[in-house]
Amino acid sequence: MAPLLQSSQPWVEKYRPKQVKDVAHQDEVVRVLINTLETTNCPHMLFYGPPGTGKTTTALAIAHQLFGPELYKSRVLELNASDDRGINVVRTKIKDFAAVAVGSARQGGYPCPPYKIIILDEADSMTEDAQNALRRTMETYSKVTRFFFICNYVSRIIEPLASRCAKFRFKPLTEAIMSNRILHICHEEGLNLDSEALSTLSSLSQGDLRRAITYLQSAARLFGSSISSSDLISVSGVIPEEVVQALYSACRSGNFDLADKEVKNVIAEGYPVSLMLTQLFDIVVEADDVSDEQKARICKKLAEADKCLVDGADEYLQLLDVASNTIRALCNLPQEFSYEG
Amino acid sequence: MLWVDKYRPKTLDKVLIHDDVAQNLKKLVTEQDCPHLLFYGPPGSGKKTLIMALLRQMFGPSADKVKVENKTWKVDAGTRTIDIELTTLLSTHHVEMNPADAGFQDRYVVQEIIKEMAKNRPLDTKGKKSFKVLVLNEVDKLSREAQHSLRRTMEKYSSSCRLILCCNSSSKVTEAVRSRCLNVRISAPTENEIVRVLEFIGKKEGLQLPPGFAARIAEKANRSLRRAILLFETCRVQQYPFTHNQAIPPMDWEEYVSEIASDIMKEQSPKRLFQVRGKLYELLTNCIPPEIILKRLLYELLKKLDSELKHEVSFWAAYYEHRMCLGQKAIFHLEAFVAKFMSIYKGFLIATFG
Ligand SMILES: Nc1ncnc2c1ncn2[C@@H]1O[C@H](COP(=O)(O)OP(=O)(O)OP(=O)(O)O)[C@@H](O)[C@H]1O
Ligand SMILES: [Mg+2]
Repeated sequence: MAPLLQSSQPWVEKYRPKQVKDVAHQDEVVRVLINTLETTNCPHMLFYGPPGTGKTTTALAIAHQLFGPELYKSRVLELNASDDRGINVVRTKIKDFAAVAVGSARQGGYPCPPYKIIILDEADSMTEDAQNALRRTMETYSKVTRFFFICNYVSRIIEPLASRCAKFRFKPLTEAIMSNRILHICHEEGLNLDSEALSTLSSLSQGDLRRAITYLQSAARLFGSSISSSDLISVSGVIPEEVVQALYSACRSGNFDLADKEVKNVIAEGYPVSLMLTQLFDIVVEADDVSDEQKARICKKLAEADKCLVDGADEYLQLLDVASNTIRALCNLPQEFSYEG
Repeated sequence: MLWVDKYRPKTLDKVLIHDDVAQNLKKLVTEQDCPHLLFYGPPGSGKKTLIMALLRQMFGPSADKVKVENKTWKVDAGTRTIDIELTTLLSTHHVEMNPADAGFQDRYVVQEIIKEMAKNRPLDTKGKKSFKVLVLNEVDKLSREAQHSLRRTMEKYSSSCRLILCCNSSSKVTEAVRSRCLNVRISAPTENEIVRVLEFIGKKEGLQLPPGFAARIAEKANRSLRRAILLFETCRVQQYPFTHNQAIPPMDWEEYVSEIASDIMKEQSPKRLFQVRGKLYELLTNCIPPEIILKRLLYELLKKLDSELKHEVSFWAAYYEHRMCLGQKAIFHLEAFVAKFMSIYKGFLIATFG
């Protein structure tokens, strides 16, 4: 796979597997799909799992392998969240596409089974109404279409659709598998990564291979072809341990103003508060000198703040509230306030 | 031209702060295959300056030739067509816009307009295909749906288009979008860095700065460079030559919030609440964002309160701000916070002094 012509695509795209068999770590689905390539039998599919685990990649790869470049356009409809998929589109566009009959002549060495594939990527952002409208379409054209639903949260897909599909969970990639893939890219791009850097990269990206590849490419551009573990940490944007510790110690000191100062600093430095919550959580959970009850009090607030952030609440106010709650927990101040009117 | 614009560094080599980031950005774009970028950091930290300098690095001086376009797009939304008005800044190589301006219709901006732009690859003068850059501001204000709609566009058209996303709080950008970008953190400049910039501008303008003057401005600026430079220019207009004890004027609205804080510490009654509501309205009609008002009010109150009360009051500030962003009418929640504060404070006074 030597890069013949200068690619202008980011590495994540450049190294997107083109064939189902190259998709790493998702053995179950790969097995089923490889079988499909032979028998051309294929159920409706539902892929779900966290970002960067190969869902889109797998769906596109199987579609390409079944139909080849010639027929792809006429046989595969890819709709994702960047397309309007309101109820009307479901009723018209998908139906029109499904309704046109197809033949099954094998062409140019591709299996070309006698059905069309409709890939609904990022299906968790479809409204329930639109999903309901799909039920009928799926049934009416079940002989000539196969649906691939792809989403991060399987709970957002309504049961009647989900139950019609073979479900596959895409697991976060393990360190070993991730390292394998990364080493392959390093080899292609002529990069040098020692084993420490390799394991740092795997743990930083938490099973998200896309993220790992982006970090790797950025680090390669910034620091040249020899990449160390600290280079990777600096491109990944994790909050430095000192900063998290400073906030935690300020909370331990029991001094509100001190904690407020640290919170202000975190905000001014631009660290993402959601990430700060995660890193604080790690410290608190592992602290030996904090009682279980204290931990519980702190973690409860961390969870609440995380939810508020998702709702769009202000980062400073949330982190300050977390800090204040942590102080009160660590100093065993009562949970209830005294002057609430 | 205001000094904030006049002294905005044009190239990555000329930036006075964040030069480490600038040098990194330069390396990042040496090849054509750089990933999408997400810039995040507090307001006034210099994200915009870096982005503009980066565009110039990529496309040369032609990136500076921008024109503003006010356009109405007709978007087909199933049963009806809707009009979306949007202001864009464009040069031959890039388009900049603020999709969150479309409010609850932001999804259509992403689905129709941005996708359209991402699809069309520009031809450069030599007829060679190149890529274009889309700069999207305030992506943290985009609805979840709109952010979801960005995901696949970012992958699908990545050979013809790079996205540069810009926001204050990256916590509000969904995981899936963040996973598709290189995240670039821009910290607020420290007071020392601000002093350096002010001294640089002073020198260029041929001004005499008394010792410690720049530092005093920097202290008042809350680590916002934009604010520091604006303050500096205001001082220059008010009085020159500078004197070492010259007053640095506070912002009007901040004065006003500080008054509100004193008001509610002095008296806790329905009547006072009513008066304060008038003042809050005044601030809102002057376009001060409600969360900024609330934060400032908390800041003023924390200065004056017993440590015991600080916990309680900051808890309620966070509580009401959260409800405010779920609700629609900011004034309700601001007022609720004030009422809550009054009740707590009154309880405290009675418990302490009887
Ligand atoms: N299992 C895998 N094997 C090989 N490469 C992978 C795998 N998972 C992810 N990648 C790499 O990560 C990139 C993104 O993967 P993909 O687009 O399939 O993610 P996704 O699961 O669809 O994520 P999202 O939920 O965010 O849409 C691919 O281009 C590929 O380079
Ligand atoms: Mg995907």
